[in-house]
Amino acid sequence: MLNYTIRRVLGVIPTLILISIFVFLFIHLIPGDPARIVAGEDATAADVELIREELGLNRPLYVQYITYMKGILHGDLGTSLKTKKPVLEEIKNRFVPTLTLTLFSIFWSVIFGLLIGIISAVNRGKWQDYTGMFAAVSGISLPSFWLGLMLVQIFSVKLGWLPTGGYGTFKHFILPSMTLGAGVAAIIARFARSSVMDILKEDYVRTARAKGLIQKVVVWRHVFRNALIPIVTMVGLQFGFLLGGSVVIETVFSWPGMGSLLIDSVAFRDYPMIQSEILIFSLQFIIINLIVDLLYAVLNPEISYR
Amino acid sequence: MDKKILEIKNLKTYFFTDNGIVKAVDGVDIHVNEGETLGIVGESGSGKSVTSLSIMGLLNDTSGKVVDGKIEFQGRNLVDLKEEDMRKIRGNDIAMIFQEPMTSLNPVLRIGKQISEAIRLHLKYDKARAKEHTIEMLKLVGIPRAENIYSEFPFQLSGGMRQRVMIAMAMACNPKLLIADEPTTALDVTIQAQILDLMKKLKKDVGTAIMFVTHDLGVVAEMCDRVVVMYAGRVVERGDVYQIFENPKHPYTKGLLKSVPVLRQKVERLASIPGNVPSPKNMPKGCKFAPRCKNVFDKCWEEEPPFYNVEENHSSKCWLCE
Repeated sequence: MLNYTIRRVLGVIPTLILISIFVFLFIHLIPGDPARIVAGEDATAADVELIREELGLNRPLYVQYITYMKGILHGDLGTSLKTKKPVLEEIKNRFVPTLTLTLFSIFWSVIFGLLIGIISAVNRGKWQDYTGMFAAVSGISLPSFWLGLMLVQIFSVKLGWLPTGGYGTFKHFILPSMTLGAGVAAIIARFARSSVMDILKEDYVRTARAKGLIQKVVVWRHVFRNALIPIVTMVGLQFGFLLGGSVVIETVFSWPGMGSLLIDSVAFRDYPMIQSEILIFSLQFIIINLIVDLLYAVLNPEISYR
Repeated sequence: MDKKILEIKNLKTYFFTDNGIVKAVDGVDIHVNEGETLGIVGESGSGKSVTSLSIMGLLNDTSGKVVDGKIEFQGRNLVDLKEEDMRKIRGNDIAMIFQEPMTSLNPVLRIGKQISEAIRLHLKYDKARAKEHTIEMLKLVGIPRAENIYSEFPFQLSGGMRQRVMIAMAMACNPKLLIADEPTTALDVTIQAQILDLMKKLKKDVGTAIMFVTHDLGVVAEMCDRVVVMYAGRVVERGDVYQIFENPKHPYTKGLLKSVPVLRQKVERLASIPGNVPSPKNMPKGCKFAPRCKNVFDKCWEEEPPFYNVEENHSSKCWLCE
C-alpha cells in the first residue's frame, strides 16, 4: 500500500509540470500583446513598454517560465488588475467559503445519496424504489436557483428560522448546502442504485446467500464495498465541480465564493486572476483524482498489489 | 433400503419473464440417499442448475419461482419454509459449490473471513475458535500454507485453489448434503482430477451426500453411485451408474454416451445429437425429445411417455420401453 501511494504521488508530478506550462502560456495564448492586455486599452505606448519591462515580458519564454514558477512556489501569484491586491490573498478569501460549503454539501449528499440508492436497489420494483427514484429525478431536474429561492421563501421569509444569505455562522451554511447538495445527492442515488444492482448479480453475492447470511449482512458486508468502487470516482468528479463554485447559488445566497470571483475577473479581464484560477481548478482536480486513486486501493486490495 | 435424505416430488420451477412463462423445471422427481453421490446430467438448459437453486431457495433474485411440488429434506418441505428457517439450513445442512471459482469469492474480503463467517453464523463459534476451524478446513481441502492463505485475498489464488476454498467453505459446517453445480467445468483437466479426488475423499471421510450436477459423463462415471438424466426440464432416465453406462434405454442418454470420445478408437468426427434443446416456448406436445430422436414414431408426437421400469432401480421415460 505504501509502495502504491508513493508511486501514485510521484505519478502526479509530470501532470503538474504540464499544467503549469499551460497555465503560464495562458497570458501568451490570448490574442494580442500581453503587455498591452495587462496595461489596459487606453495606456500609452510608453506605459506598455514600462509594463513589458516590469513583468519581464521582453525576456525569453523559458526565463519567464522559471520566474513564474519561482513566484508560484513562493506563494506569489501576481497582482490583481482590478483590486491591485495580491491574487493569492483574494483567492484565499474566496476559496475558504467555497471549500467549506462544498465539504458540507458533499458530506450529507453522499450519505443520503448512498442510502437512497442502496435501499432502492435492494427493493427493486417496490415502493421504496419508486419513492427513492422519484426523489432522485426531482433532485436532478429541479433547477438550483428555483430550489434555492423556494428554500429561502420557506425557511427564511415564512418561518424565519434561517438567514436569507450571507456568510458567517453555521446557520448560513444550511440553505446553500441543501441547494447545492440536492442535485449531487440525486446523482449519487441513481448511480448507487445501478452499481448495487450490478453487484447483486455477481456470483459471490449468490455464494454469500448460499452461506445462509441474512440480507443485511449480504448487502453491507458483501455488496456495499464492491459497489462503492465506481461511486467513489463519481463523487470525486462532483466534488471537483462543486469546488469550482456555483455562480447561481452564490448569487442567490450572496455567498462570497469562487464562482462569483471567476465571473467578476472574466468580466473585468483580470488576467492574472483568471490565470491563477485556472491553476487552482487544475490543482483541485489533480488532488481529487489522487485521493480517488488512493481510495480505490483501500476499497479493492487487488489494485495496491499490482 | 437406503434412507432418503432429500426427496424432490413433482418439482415445477417457472420463470416469469416479460416474454411469458419459462418452464425451466417441469415436474421433476429426484431423491438422494444418505451418503451417496447422485449425478444429474444433461445439456445446458435442461434444468439442472435451476433444480439445485430451487433446493437452496436461491431463486429470490431471479424471476423464478417454485410453483408446485415438494422438496423434502429431513422430513421438512423446503418449499414451504419461511426465509428465516431456510437460512438456517442454507450453508449449514445443505451447502453448495458453484461452477465459477474465479467469480464466486468476494474480491475485497480475505479468504479467512469468507469461510469463518459461515462458521460463526451456524456453529456459533467465537472468533478465535472460528479461525482455528477455518484453518483446519483449509488444511483438509489440501491448501498449503493454510495460515497464510487465511489472510490473503481471492485474487492471490489460482482457480483450482479458489475452488478448494469454496469446498472448504461449503464443508465448514458439516453439511448433510452438498450440491456441486459443475464444480470442475471451469478448471484445467489436471486440476479437475485433483478436485474430484478431494471431493471423493471428503465424501468417504465425512459421509456427506453429494448431488453432483454436470454435463461431463466422464466425471459422472468417476464420481457417482446413481445417475439422473435430465432433458428440457424433465427427468428422462434414472438408474445406478453401471445401468446407465452399460444399458442406457432412453435415446437421449444413448446419444449423450455416444458423444463422449473414446481413446484408442479412430473416428472421423465425434458423434453428436443433432438439433438443440427445444425452446420453452415451442415445447413439442408429446415427448420433448421427439424432434431430435432417431427412433421417433407417431405415438411420440402425440403423448408424453410415462416412466417404465426396465430393471431394478432403473427407469426410462420412453415409449420404446413400453
